[in-house]
Amino acid sequence: MTTVVDRPAAPAAAPTPPTPDARAAARRTRLARMSFYVPSVLYLLLFFGYPITANVVMSFQDYTVTSFYDGDAPFNGLANYTAIFTDDLFGASLWHTVVFTVASLVAQFALGLALALYFRRRFPLGSVLRALLLLPWLLPLLVSGTVFRWLLDQDYGVVNQVLLSLHLVSDPVPWLVSPDHAMAAVVIANVWIGIPFNMVILYGGLQSVPPQLYEAASLDGAGAWGKFRHITWPLLRPVSAVVLMLGLIYTVKAFDVVMVLTQGGPADATQLLSTWSYQLSFTNLQFGQGAAVSNVLIVIAMVFALVYLRAVRAEQSER
Amino acid sequence: MPTAQTRFRGSAWGHTVFALVLVAAFLFPLYWMVNASLQPGQALLSIPPKWFPTEPTLDGYRAAFDTQGRHLVISLFVACGNVVLTLALAAPLAWALAKFRLRWAALMLFVLLIVQMVPGIVKANSFFTLYSELGLLNNTIGLMLAQSTLSVPFAAVLLRAQLRDIPGEVIEAAALDGAGHWRTFLRIVLPMSRNGLITAGLFAFLFSWADFLFAITLTSREAVTPVTVGIYRFMGANATDWNALMASAVLASIPAAILLVIAQRYIAVGVTGGSVKD
Repeated sequence: MTTVVDRPAAPAAAPTPPTPDARAAARRTRLARMSFYVPSVLYLLLFFGYPITANVVMSFQDYTVTSFYDGDAPFNGLANYTAIFTDDLFGASLWHTVVFTVASLVAQFALGLALALYFRRRFPLGSVLRALLLLPWLLPLLVSGTVFRWLLDQDYGVVNQVLLSLHLVSDPVPWLVSPDHAMAAVVIANVWIGIPFNMVILYGGLQSVPPQLYEAASLDGAGAWGKFRHITWPLLRPVSAVVLMLGLIYTVKAFDVVMVLTQGGPADATQLLSTWSYQLSFTNLQFGQGAAVSNVLIVIAMVFALVYLRAVRAEQSER
Repeated sequence: MPTAQTRFRGSAWGHTVFALVLVAAFLFPLYWMVNASLQPGQALLSIPPKWFPTEPTLDGYRAAFDTQGRHLVISLFVACGNVVLTLALAAPLAWALAKFRLRWAALMLFVLLIVQMVPGIVKANSFFTLYSELGLLNNTIGLMLAQSTLSVPFAAVLLRAQLRDIPGEVIEAAALDGAGHWRTFLRIVLPMSRNGLITAGLFAFLFSWADFLFAITLTSREAVTPVTVGIYRFMGANATDWNALMASAVLASIPAAILLVIAQRYIAVGVTGGSVKD
């Protein structure tokens, strides 16, 4: 069979009526080509199309633990949504999700940018040290969460012991057991995890800033701050937007860190939409309500995702 | 003319020292994990803390192997299976999207990007109900399939970007020699895109190894529990055994550390390639 991958055989044969042989060859080519993508298309329908649809359907059903035994999950209209929207935890977990996301993003971005700027300088071992900074990003979130639980332990955690010995606090801070401090604790851990991602992408963005601009600015007598304000920051804006939008999309649905550190507690002080949905489904066994909460979450994530993809596309067509 | 470059050169080692301090401070939580994993349980409860393992012990690692050894093997099995599954699905799709001039290629790419942003809890909810009907709960293959949703779209987008760079002449030459689509793909395209396959495979491994949400929702029996959930449950049951817990955490970090050492140059590609670039 002689075919060129790029060109379908059928249109090329159009001017003269195709012989049966040519038609058979064209069909073989088409089948061969389809075998490259049909499995993945089926996979996507089954593993993304189905769960998303099923989750929407489930949110309109009275799906509880008995549904697993008798296979019966009667439709109950908007009852699940009414139940979650009238629950005090809805407003609370939405607010926690906002606080967690915004605080994490701001701190991750600022610290990631500072590190990226510092490591842009050339010095011995610079690239090795920069690579080491990636380690927290590669670790399973569960591991990082476990480590922070030990660091932030009220009595024996090193954080409190250092704070006490420096006389910054007079009593050990109950990081994970007091509702007033738990959010700070999960944000601190999440910021630590997110810094490498911000640093790597911002570092890549900095590489594409032409060095001549800085030389010209030096000749004009610009200081370090002036160069940052007038060259680095404006030229880094598109990359910053990408980092912040991706960070937003991934932080809104964060789950692992909070589960390991606080399980949404104490007293629901760190309950996010994701952990609340998990709790409704897998602890309370109210799968319909869990599905309803996760649908709220998917709407939020998809809105940001669409904004992000539109922005990326607009930026690419500008070039 | 003293440019920025020459000015820095004089104090270059000074910058190295400062960078070392930065990196040490940033990685302190990891040092503290290793430190705790090597100290006897009693020493961990001393005030002030012991900054170095002065009386090191491997008890923590012994306990970690006893309690987590099985879970580590399960994680390894599931993650390796996920790598094979991911590459088998994503590589042909990526090639079709890169070179077949399909009318719906742009739509497909959009779908692949957007599904990466679906919150995991949405999938976990419906996989749980589906799996309970199909009898796939507490099944390592079922877990592998669920986890592949983390890596298949990522790998397809990443590989498509790489496969697009393969010159058309190479493919046309193969076609002239009489090679069919699959032969060309297996004998020429895949070997030429080895780096992309390694990157995609490494990330598929890491995504699967690090997965917690699917593991905790789709497995409840000890015999099929991966290491992330193993550690989580161990922590719940033995909240004060920090020595063994930190040793388990160290063991669970090993794939990440190995990746960082051998595959450093592939990682930066993956950080951006799979999700950011068109």
